[in-house]
Amino acid sequence: MTETLAPNVTYGPPEGYAAGVTRELVLDLHRRMVRIRMFEESAGKLVESGDMPGFLHLYVGQEAVAAGVMSVLDDVDQITSTHRGHGHAIAKGAEFRPMFAELYGKTTGYCKGRGGSMHIVDMNRGMLGANAIVGGGIPIAIGAAFAAQYRGDGSVAASFFGDGATNIGAFHESVNMAAVWDLPVLFICENNGYAEFTAQGNHMRLDDIAERANSYGIPGVVVDGMDALAVRAVAKVAVDRAKRGEGPTLIEAKTYRYFDHQGIKGMRIPYRDPAEVEAWKERDAIRLLEVIGTERGLVRPEDFAATWAQTETDIADAIEFARSSPDPDPADILDDVYTV
Amino acid sequence: MNTRELTYVKAFNEGMHQIMAEDPDVFLIGEDVAGYGGVFHMFDGLLTAYGDRRVKDTPIAEQAIIGVGVGAAARGLRPVCDLMFMDFIGVAMDQIFNQAAKMKYMFGGAVSVPLTITTAGGAGMSAAAQHSQSLEAWLAHIPGLKVAMPASPYDAKGLIVGAIRDDNPVIVVLNKKMLGVKGPVPEELYAIPLGVANVVQEGDDVTIVAIGRMVLEATKAAQALGEEGISAEVIDPRTVQPLDIDTIVTSAKKTNRVLIVHEAVQFGGIGAEISSQVQESAFDYLDAPVTRLAAPFAPVPYAPILENAYIPDAARIAAAARQLVERS
Repeated sequence: MTETLAPNVTYGPPEGYAAGVTRELVLDLHRRMVRIRMFEESAGKLVESGDMPGFLHLYVGQEAVAAGVMSVLDDVDQITSTHRGHGHAIAKGAEFRPMFAELYGKTTGYCKGRGGSMHIVDMNRGMLGANAIVGGGIPIAIGAAFAAQYRGDGSVAASFFGDGATNIGAFHESVNMAAVWDLPVLFICENNGYAEFTAQGNHMRLDDIAERANSYGIPGVVVDGMDALAVRAVAKVAVDRAKRGEGPTLIEAKTYRYFDHQGIKGMRIPYRDPAEVEAWKERDAIRLLEVIGTERGLVRPEDFAATWAQTETDIADAIEFARSSPDPDPADILDDVYTV
Repeated sequence: MNTRELTYVKAFNEGMHQIMAEDPDVFLIGEDVAGYGGVFHMFDGLLTAYGDRRVKDTPIAEQAIIGVGVGAAARGLRPVCDLMFMDFIGVAMDQIFNQAAKMKYMFGGAVSVPLTITTAGGAGMSAAAQHSQSLEAWLAHIPGLKVAMPASPYDAKGLIVGAIRDDNPVIVVLNKKMLGVKGPVPEELYAIPLGVANVVQEGDDVTIVAIGRMVLEATKAAQALGEEGISAEVIDPRTVQPLDIDTIVTSAKKTNRVLIVHEAVQFGGIGAEISSQVQESAFDYLDAPVTRLAAPFAPVPYAPILENAYIPDAARIAAAARQLVERS
């Protein structure tokens, strides 16, 4: 990537970011990504077959972003997510059983069947909720960051959103306020090139969304969103900065969505070139990490295979749990409208 | 309790001071709330008393202001977010009706949002269509929100304290034409629970349910009616969500006639809901149709002569009540 004149923007992870990578780190990032991918592909098939209700915005292709960022966050750190939120929840530590149960609309789900795919929440893991309004989670994340700063508890917040969300007012209001108040927050733009079905070139003039950081006087970073180690490295720099009280960072992770905006069936209309999809798959985040791990002699192929196999078992268990869980009772439909 | 006369805005301000002294989790953000004390002096002295960690001026960014409140409330703090004029609420509406209102429910009860939003509504100051609205019905329509509309200095203090102590998102709508109205206010900290109406004046012949500043006009009307031998009961719901319909229905069964008054436009206003519920619960007791007196279906006009024609007043309230009584 080339330098531009944007004064606050840097490109790529810090030099030597992949040095000193350990077997444990590779396995950790790999596990987070594999769990996301297999969950998403299973869930997509279950909706497509009619076994599960709702509609899904699948995260497949973007796994390195969630895995990389979440690997530098703790449970006390809060995230807000998007309509494409399963990956963030899983990478943050959410469990398969209540996730599948929620998608099935069961009482054992994360939201007792009240929220579904677009509202997964796990307060114990700092997952402050997926959000079905594009940009809706960004102001909430700065609120979580405000609470952290107010209490001085040393935690940080991170808000995930797409390229499309950076055109909405909530993004600009939130980044500006976080900058003015030096809030400990990471703004993670997952630029997958499309706002739903509209290509980036048709919805903004910029090539690099990280340049928007200049408008607010904060650092912007462009990073390869298919490289979990690179994402982790820039997220670590941003977390450290936030914890020093120096304020927010805007990270733009260039990534790609393998499936359509919604569902698993692939493209209904040729709004993107199939060759483009294949080109991105050539740089698949999971395979990239597997290559790094094996070429460096850190991880044996059978160790990676074991993660895939274990995840498959966990998914089968969670789907069975969800299917056999009780339905909500319509008599309880007014519960939790208010805190009483 | 030791009671003295305070203005509406001073009573509100005292409530803010006392609740912030009591609860370190309460903080205040908004446009010009700190250094300036709020454009209506609602927040005078808070910056000096509680410092810039707890009392903060914001950029002009209503979505972010409410977003900070939503996120901080979800994390267990008790934010007070000021929106200055009620008309500005549209800018922040996604955070209010899609986020704050719904988080508890769509997350299966996993989180509470003890957020208080303060704002000033109401017409009568030639502030025109974008600084004068009464949008309470819009908010009361959203499950998850509560809406308080103090109509006296006593309620201005008690309802802001009640709102901040409530574990739900509450919008407290001060009426800007009432800021200088004086009334008795206890010195001590006290809270008015949300959802309990105030029977301002008891009567037997007609029930007048009045919202916000219309409570003052209805009370004046009731005095005039009393001189004519018509005994009017004046009820101030205090909160339109939750709505204390039981108190209203009980009164309707006693007086057999109900007039509802608000300065929001009549179509789809809170009066429509009250009217509907009264007829469902007290139809057999009614001697006349439940009647509404409210603003015409137009934006709030600027010229004083137009604005006076737009907002109900004591004379028109008395006339409407008189018609109800004379009908049967």
